[in-house]
Amino acid sequence: MQATAYARRARARARRRDFFHIFLIVAAFVIPIITVLMLYAIINASVDSIRAFGFKFLISTDWIPNPANGGPPSLGALPAIYGSIVTTVIALLLAVPVSLGVALFQAELAPSVLRAPSRFLVEMLAAVPSVVYGLWGLLFLVPFMRDYVNPQLKSALGFLPLFTGSTNGFGMLTAGVILAVMIIPYGSSIMREVIAAVPRSQREACIALGATSWETIRTSVIPFARTGIIAAIVLAMGRAIGETMAVTMVIGNVARISPSLFLPAETIPSVIANEFTEVAGNGVYLASLFELGLILFAIAFLMNFLGRVLITRLSFKAGRDIHV
Amino acid sequence: MFKLNQRRKISNTLYVVFATACFLVALIPLISILYQTITRGYIALSFDFFTEVTPPIGGIGGGILNALEGSFVVVALASLIGIPIGVFAGAYLAEFPGKFGYYVRLLAEVLSGVPSIVTGIVVYVLIVATTHRFSAISGGVALGFMMIPIVAISTHESLKLVSASIREGSLALGISRTNTLVHVLFSSARSGVITGIALAVARVMGETAPLLFTALGSQFLMTSLNDPAASLTLLIFDYGTAPYENAHVFAWGAALVLLLLVLGLNIIVRVASRLKVTGSE
Repeated sequence: MQATAYARRARARARRRDFFHIFLIVAAFVIPIITVLMLYAIINASVDSIRAFGFKFLISTDWIPNPANGGPPSLGALPAIYGSIVTTVIALLLAVPVSLGVALFQAELAPSVLRAPSRFLVEMLAAVPSVVYGLWGLLFLVPFMRDYVNPQLKSALGFLPLFTGSTNGFGMLTAGVILAVMIIPYGSSIMREVIAAVPRSQREACIALGATSWETIRTSVIPFARTGIIAAIVLAMGRAIGETMAVTMVIGNVARISPSLFLPAETIPSVIANEFTEVAGNGVYLASLFELGLILFAIAFLMNFLGRVLITRLSFKAGRDIHV
Repeated sequence: MFKLNQRRKISNTLYVVFATACFLVALIPLISILYQTITRGYIALSFDFFTEVTPPIGGIGGGILNALEGSFVVVALASLIGIPIGVFAGAYLAEFPGKFGYYVRLLAEVLSGVPSIVTGIVVYVLIVATTHRFSAISGGVALGFMMIPIVAISTHESLKLVSASIREGSLALGISRTNTLVHVLFSSARSGVITGIALAVARVMGETAPLLFTALGSQFLMTSLNDPAASLTLLIFDYGTAPYENAHVFAWGAALVLLLLVLGLNIIVRVASRLKVTGSE
């Protein structure tokens, strides 16, 4: 009798959803709810601009929020999109090789006493707030580029349209350099985790055949980790496109499409950061800034989604968790 | 044969030199930022710097008291939102692994990569535009939104590290899942969870973009959470981009204080968690 009462109570306890678990489920639902809420709010706020400009918004170079004749504003996102693409490409060209080098150094080369300190230093670089990067960029990097780097580039490679025009230090090149500095810690930490996830057997097989360290990396580690390295590049790209403060402080903020990397330009986030508080009741203008935000959200969302899926796929192949 | 070996040796040496050089090159900006911030920011520091409110841009004297207050208030509000929801969501991911959990985790990872300025304009629409005022609360909500996925992921990772035998042992003793989670899993994973929370706090403390259109910035001390709030990061942006030399000195001083707070928190947390790890071995 006693025993069946215990059993009944135990069964009831097992069936009953703990009150506490409801908290957990609600909290887990918050994450998809926030995502949907963000998407809804930003689409809703950009409807006026989508109605007014349609697809032309993406290909027009006009940026006339308040026309002199009092007519409707004419706004196009192409200069901002162009600036975002160019600065991101510069950043990736500089940051990808360096990140790979840092990752290889930390995962393969560094003696074990140096591993923890070297990771610590790169983590510190990642922890510096972006507005401090911006201040450093504005008051140190911009004069440095103006006085040393840009004149050198101009005299050496001035025949290319990329390095023409007068330079005051503000521009796409400086923005690309500061973005590179900012994404190196992120990219290299993902690449390091990915390289560390390559199974020992892959390396040992290579070493047993008499390969040098470099041959081991080239013929077995990098091919195995390729998906993850691509994922690292995609994730770093997503981060570079959305970086706001540091870029806003060094790019010069001019709506212009020019091949010269020395000239001031703008990016999608820098336009939002600069002009949002200057809208002053101009509904379509405000909506167009939200549409820029929507474009940015869509790009960053896709990049991060793709990068994460690639990482998951590699972690199945490697047979272990890769946490980045 | 000899030549081939020579070439292999050279390529190997090149690889070692390249990778080491990359690491050293990556450190140059860190050294430069620390050097510039310390040498240029040091001049601004004084007793008044911490006890007075900011002067108008370009003005003389004053301090960063309102920015310190604003930063702490906004980050505290963000923590009130971000920590409980993040920790509970992370616990859900660890407790109920499954399809839904997998997608929530993926979504959290994707959300943590969404540019922070997007979070800023979304909270502008949701709160500032509906209440018709910039406020400390809206700034806290924006940073809180950013904290949720970060804390959820780090909590999930720390709980995953607790070995299955401890968990099953507790359940086998007839302890309910709730009590197992609270008293067994969280107490084993405590240092990991706290590390994750502290790093998330350090991360949002350095954010500027989500505050531009929510907390807005202010030259005064706050009287209510419905008022616009100053913050260290907004102050660095406003004073750094102003065309006055003394405003720049002010910005460097604020940057030094911010770096001390953010990097200090990072260093304490990492050293403490490392000691804990070696201590338990």
